[in-house]
Amino acid sequence: MDYLQQLLGPAWLPIWTLAKIIIIVLPLLIAVAYLTYAERKIIGYMQVRIGPNRVGFFGYRLIGLGQPIADAVKLMTKEIVLPTGADKPLFLLAPVLAIGPALAAWAVVPFTEDWVLANIDASLLYIMAITSMGVYGVIVAGWASNSKYAFLGAMRSAAQIVSYEIAMGFALVGVLMAAQSLNMVDIVNAQRGGFWQWYWLPLFPLFLVYLISGVAETNRAPFDVAEGESEIVAGFHLDYSGMAFAVFFLAEYANMILVSALTSIMFLGGWLSPFPFLPDGFFWIAAKMSFVLFLFLWFRATFPRYRYDQIMRLGWKVFIPVTLIWILVIGGFMQTPLGYLFH
Amino acid sequence: MDFASLVFYFLAAILLLSGLRVVTAKNPVHSALALVLTFFTAAGLWILLEAEFLANALILVYVGAVMVLFIFVVMMLDINIEEMRKGFWDHLPLAGLVAGLMAVEMVMVLGGDRFGLSAPTAKPAGYSNTRELGLLLYTDYVYAFELAAVILLVAIVAVIALTMRRNPNRKAIDPGWQSKQTAEGHIRMVNLKPQHPDYKNKEDDE
Repeated sequence: MDYLQQLLGPAWLPIWTLAKIIIIVLPLLIAVAYLTYAERKIIGYMQVRIGPNRVGFFGYRLIGLGQPIADAVKLMTKEIVLPTGADKPLFLLAPVLAIGPALAAWAVVPFTEDWVLANIDASLLYIMAITSMGVYGVIVAGWASNSKYAFLGAMRSAAQIVSYEIAMGFALVGVLMAAQSLNMVDIVNAQRGGFWQWYWLPLFPLFLVYLISGVAETNRAPFDVAEGESEIVAGFHLDYSGMAFAVFFLAEYANMILVSALTSIMFLGGWLSPFPFLPDGFFWIAAKMSFVLFLFLWFRATFPRYRYDQIMRLGWKVFIPVTLIWILVIGGFMQTPLGYLFH
Repeated sequence: MDFASLVFYFLAAILLLSGLRVVTAKNPVHSALALVLTFFTAAGLWILLEAEFLANALILVYVGAVMVLFIFVVMMLDINIEEMRKGFWDHLPLAGLVAGLMAVEMVMVLGGDRFGLSAPTAKPAGYSNTRELGLLLYTDYVYAFELAAVILLVAIVAVIALTMRRNPNRKAIDPGWQSKQTAEGHIRMVNLKPQHPDYKNKEDDE
């Protein structure tokens, strides 16, 4: 590696950074592909079905492991239909606006103490800022399609994401009060000491609010009114086909993985092991993310879709007061000798 | 030219072009989206100034919340842009005055050394913009900060008070009452005879 560094000279830094970005994004996209497979399999078993089990490799079925690859090839070779009344530049820009923030947010996510692309001080703020951009993909798609169903989906999604972002932000305020840092590596390090020291316990209400708001932010069931097949066909991505649709799909699943990573980092101790006698490492954060992703799929298989006014009530009248009260509780306890409970 | 100034000129060019699009775009949604791009590039410029807290807050507040609601409204309005252009010459003197004032302010900031302003210096490694800002806001400027917060709270309460309509025919349902409901008292089982004309009822024959 030193030899390469000398050979490339000043070009070394950008090339090495690009390589690191590929090392993060490529496994992420593979994880997205296999998350769709896991979703179909898990929900299949929950509903006493088998799920995809035909497509395999080299003539072997391999319980359907080739299905995501076949889906990707199918979507890539399909035509992208442009509706006549659509605003064409914005119509094509919308999927890019959806996937851009979903990938850019990974720049500051730490996988272990050293495996982080950019260990910046304000990484929590950066995550909040970048994920709040994700709504533009949905709004622009809904508006540019020039279709009433797509537009209804976009409006529902905009109202929902803006409402739940407040609760999500307040939940993170609790985390940064407890960790006394905006840096995600420091936040994880502040949770050292095993399972009972992780923030899910002292910040339990915030943990619940963050997890549920995460489901709402990614427009997943039971909060998927933006798509609402039975009411507005497919919502904001109704007019998208082929790869343009696939990009929205990628963005949704990349966001799910992002929320699971953030939940693991803020509340479940990131790469720290739950028992003091086992070593820390990437394995733990992967296991925690898989658990949270399983919860996402479990929710989808279990709950019926929320009614729209119920979503708004939950966001504004339940989650925001809960987070505000718990922030007050944390702040109050920190002034007493019991403050160590929240550190 | 070093890399930082290259980035600066790149961002500044995008900022100016998108700012121009805000006022020249025919479609109001396009100009609102151009404004989003303007904010985003401005945040990039602030990052170059090592003001990472302000840059992130700009994106979080303006791009992530304010502009979303703004676009939300603009998308639903049917704005006739020709109608709005009619007042151009009437408003030109006032607009010119505002533009002139802004130009003077910019000259004073850009030519700061002539007006006794010192140029910002590079901060040492480990300097946390966020921490410094927080310390200042909650110590030296705490009254101004709390005052701003109270003004915002008053605005929120005022908006809710102004838009709240107590309609007696409101169809909203109390969720507490709703979740307590059971089938009892709401469903009545009725033994109904078949009503189809082709169906001959046995009881009629007998």
